[in-house]
Order: sequence, then C-alpha cells, then structure tokens
Amino acid sequence: MDRFLGFVKKEFFHIFRDRRTMIILFGIPIIQLMLFGTVITNEIKDARIAIYDQSKDEVTQEITTKLMSSGYFLLDQNLESTADIEAIFKQGKVKEVLVFGRDFSRKLQREGKADVQIIADASDPNLGKMLATYTTGIINDYIFKQMGNLHLPMQIEPEVRMVYNEGLKSVYMFVPGIMAMILMLISAMMTSISITREKELGTMEILLVSPLRPSQIILGKVTPYLVLSFINALVILGIGHFVFGVPIKGSWGLLLGESILFILMALSLGIMISSLAKTQMVAMFISVIALMLPTILLSGFIFSIENMPLPLQIVSNIMPPKWFIIILRNIMLKGVGMAYVWKETLVLLGMTAFFVVVAVKKFKVRLE
Amino acid sequence: MKEDKTDTSALNTATVTEHLQTVISVKNLVKKFGHFVANDHLTFEVYKGEIFGFLGANGAGKTTAMRILCGLSSPTSGELTVGGYDVYKQAELIKRNIGYMSQKFSLYEDLTIAENIRFYAGIYGLSRQQRKEKEDRMLKKLGLEPERDKLIASLPLGWRQKLSFLIALLHDPQIVFLDEPTGGVDPITRRQFWDFIYEAAAEGKTIFVTTHYMDEAEYCDRVSIMVDGRIAALDTPDVLKKQFNSEDMNGVFLQLARGATRTD
Repeated sequence: MDRFLGFVKKEFFHIFRDRRTMIILFGIPIIQLMLFGTVITNEIKDARIAIYDQSKDEVTQEITTKLMSSGYFLLDQNLESTADIEAIFKQGKVKEVLVFGRDFSRKLQREGKADVQIIADASDPNLGKMLATYTTGIINDYIFKQMGNLHLPMQIEPEVRMVYNEGLKSVYMFVPGIMAMILMLISAMMTSISITREKELGTMEILLVSPLRPSQIILGKVTPYLVLSFINALVILGIGHFVFGVPIKGSWGLLLGESILFILMALSLGIMISSLAKTQMVAMFISVIALMLPTILLSGFIFSIENMPLPLQIVSNIMPPKWFIIILRNIMLKGVGMAYVWKETLVLLGMTAFFVVVAVKKFKVRLE
Repeated sequence: MKEDKTDTSALNTATVTEHLQTVISVKNLVKKFGHFVANDHLTFEVYKGEIFGFLGANGAGKTTAMRILCGLSSPTSGELTVGGYDVYKQAELIKRNIGYMSQKFSLYEDLTIAENIRFYAGIYGLSRQQRKEKEDRMLKKLGLEPERDKLIASLPLGWRQKLSFLIALLHDPQIVFLDEPTGGVDPITRRQFWDFIYEAAAEGKTIFVTTHYMDEAEYCDRVSIMVDGRIAALDTPDVLKKQFNSEDMNGVFLQLARGATRTD
C-alpha cells in the first residue's frame, strides 16, 4: 500500500508540474463548456433581415412588427427595389429578405390569398433553413390569429409541445456531449500519453525490473486520472446545472455512478492504446483521430444519429460516448432511473471488460 | 590509476577462484525473434563479487541477453538462474535481488533529486526510516545535499548517471546490471563512475556491465566478447590480451569483431 501511494504521489507530481497537462485537465473543460454553452448555439437570435414591402399597408406592418418583436430578427433596412435584394445579400450582413407582394391586405381580404416571398441566404444551409422556418411560423401564426373569424372550411391545428426541453435550449444537448468528450479526452488520452511517456523515457523498464507488478504499475498510473476525471465530471455537471440551468431530474447518485463507469471505460481504453502505441506522439494521434473526432461526429453529440446514413448509424454503435450521452440525457432531462438505462449501462460495462482484457493481454505480450 | 586497477582485478579474481560462488548461470541460452537468432546458445557463469564485462558490437545481442537476465524479456530456450533463482519460475524473487540501470536515462526530470530517490526507494518497499537514511547517505556521497530539492532536469548528465547507479543499488541487490552506463559521459566522470563500481564490487555485489569503451573492458575482472549472437571469447583481460597477442583490449576486440557478419 505504501508503495502504491508513493507511486500515485509521483504521478500527481508529473501532472501538477506540467503546465500543458494542467491546461488540458482543467482549462479545456471549462473553456469548452463556456464555448458550447454560449457561443455555439442552434438557436436564432437577432438575425438581420431586410424587408421589401410593396404594399406598406396595415397587415404587412403588423406582420413586420410581429417578426421584430419575436426576438429572433432585427430589421436591418427597408428595401426599395428588387435590385437591392441581391446587393444586400452580397454585403453579407443580412441573412434573409422578406418581400410582400402588391396590394397585400386587399388581396388577402378579397381573394383570401396574398403573396409573401422569403429569400434566405443559404450559404449557411442550416441557418437559412432555420430562418425560413421561423419566419413562416410567425407569419402563419399571425394569419391564424387574425383570420380566426374567417372560418376556413376545414382546419387542422397542430398543437406542438417540446417535452424535456421546452425552450429548445441547445445547452441541454451540449452538456452531456461535452462531458462525454472531456472525460474521454482526460481519461483515455492523458493515461495513454502518460504510460507511453514512461516507455519512451526508459523509466518503464526500471519499473518493470522492480518488484512492482505490471498491474500495480498500471493502477498507479491510472488512479490519479480517475480522481481528476471524477472532479471534472462534477465541475461540468455543476456548471451545466447551476450556470446554464440544465436540469438534473434523475438521481445524482445514479448520474455519478454512470459517470464513474464511463471514466473506467475510458481509462481502460487509454491503457489499451498505450499498449499499442510505442511513443507519445502515436498515442496522442490515436487518441485524437480514433477517439476525439468520432466522439464529436458520431456520438450524437452534435449531429443526430437518426439522420445519418445507415452505415454510419451502425458504426456509431461502437462509439462508447454514444451510449453515455443517451444515459446522461435520460437521467438529466427525463429523470428516469436504472430501469430505463440498464441496456446502455450494460453496453458500457461490456466495452470496459473488452478493453481491460485486450490491454492486459497486450501488456503481457509487450513484456516478451 | 591503471596499476591500482590491475591490483584490484587480481585480488578479485583470486577471491573468485577460491570460492567460485556462482550468482548467474546461463546454459545454452537461445533467443529468437522470428527467424533472427539474437542469442545463439550462450553459456557462461558469473561469480559473486566480480565485475563481469559484457562486450560486443552493436547488434551482437548483448542487450538482448541482459534484458533476459533482468526479466524484461523471456528466453526462447536454455537454463538460466540469477541469484540462485530460476528465470522462468522465480522472476519475482529475482527482481528483488537485482538492480538495473538502462542505457536510457531513467530518472524523472520533473521530479527533484530527493523525490526521485524516495520514489525508487518506495517501489522497492523500503520503510520510511530506511528511505530517509538512504536518501541522506546517497546525497552526501554525491555531494548533492544542497541540490536535493532541484529538479533532475537541472543536473548535468554525468551526475545523473552516478545518481542512477546509486539508485540501482538502493535496495542492496546482490547483482547489478548496467547497460552501457557511461555512454556520452566525459572521461573524468567515467573514471569516477568506475570508482563507484569498484566500491560496490568490494562490498560483495556482482556487477554485470555492457560497454562500448575498450578501456573500460580493462577495468573488468572478466570479459565476454559477443560476435553475431555467440560468445567468441571469455576470460580475464590479461589472458585475452596474451591469447590474441595484443597490447590492449581494443586489439582483441577488433580481431574478434572482424569476423562479424552482423552490424546495425
């Protein structure tokens, strides 16, 4: 035990004395969270639009006011001719132009039909689509309310409710994703680098010649990262909950338990990587290319898995973060218990076991 | 200085022949990597308290053999005992009885001198009190007491090597394996380093050392010279020099190595 503690202590010295490690451990998680939580967002806020109003009557004025008061749009300017439209798009500031046809309100009254054209800048396709959808929604809403007394022959009015995230806040989605990413980064990448560093330096040989067993060496290397990863998980959950208001409806105990399971999985993955890689560079490369990118792209963190092509959907199943993100979202947003996440938990357990077995086998082979 | 050395050597050899206490015994050691035979039926014995020089050109297989004796690699076949323990079955016991210093520099640069000593003392299971004693004695011996809380990174190479050597001796091992311990070190420091080696041998420790430097070969009680994975010669430097009719070990080595087919 004394030996083990001495080993862990030495490992903490390495971590605390290396500025780069400290930044990765404590700087990056917080910066990521702040970035994803505030800067990167799927919501529209104060998008600049221009309006070319050929009618300038009561109804078009009312629609314009409604759009502006929604908080999504800012009126950049009123246009006077069709030629202005292209010019203003080219300047790049304005992302959408709304064109009201002639005699808007009169046509609406008499024919029950009026023309409005929405032109969106689709050089950013997601934004363009979203702007158009939001605008259409607001216009439709106006028409429904105004023409309530019109009584169209038949009318279906869908009532939409977004459960578990009423405000459609993207930070709800990002917190679990960032947590998965950070824990993966710290646990898998940092352990694999710290183990390969000893190999590179030659100190691993000295350790292996000592009476320490390989398993003791590995445990000693991994324990500090387990502790630090857990602290990070707490920090991310804390910031998510208390700063960004992400709800944690389920039990904290279960949430933390699942986090520890995920950390263990990532640590064993890190050990496995370190047994495959000979140098720190290789370990870092494997971690970034094989872990970070798929974690970001294929785990459902940013892009939803349901919309991916089938082969990628299948590949996403072997991404451990996918399962962890599902578990986190279920516990945090839906407040469900073990009964609903046991399958995903089992997948993570299985993966952990697999990595441990491979790592142990590889580590022995390496000793040959 | 050289005369000093010859005296010690004669003395050591005399002691050895009287008792002939074998601490390392290797019979027909074979190590293959695929089709490549790194060690081809090596047979030799190393006696208690002697300085055994293990020489050979790069790629001759000396590091491979040393790694096997230290338990870092396993032999393909052969009978081996180290410190009286079987290499196959009693690897854990061997580990407690050997010290090892690799060619790579093996201290942690981001730890202080004292922390490095304490760490290595810790993994060999020395008690707190023993650790403290060893640390003080070692720092005193090296004259590094004022530097104890400085990072290893700030220490010149020669000092690091001496420190590594003393650390390999921390747990009072019977046998110390040194893999090219003086590579890249200036001649004066090398000489000091060898004084440390004599001191350890005088305490009854067995030193198994690989080296590139032929002048160092002269300091050994007995040397074995490996060529192409086999032991081409094994005896005291004096006997070898007579046998090959050469003035120094360099001549002996060149005559033997000329027949080598393997190089890096």
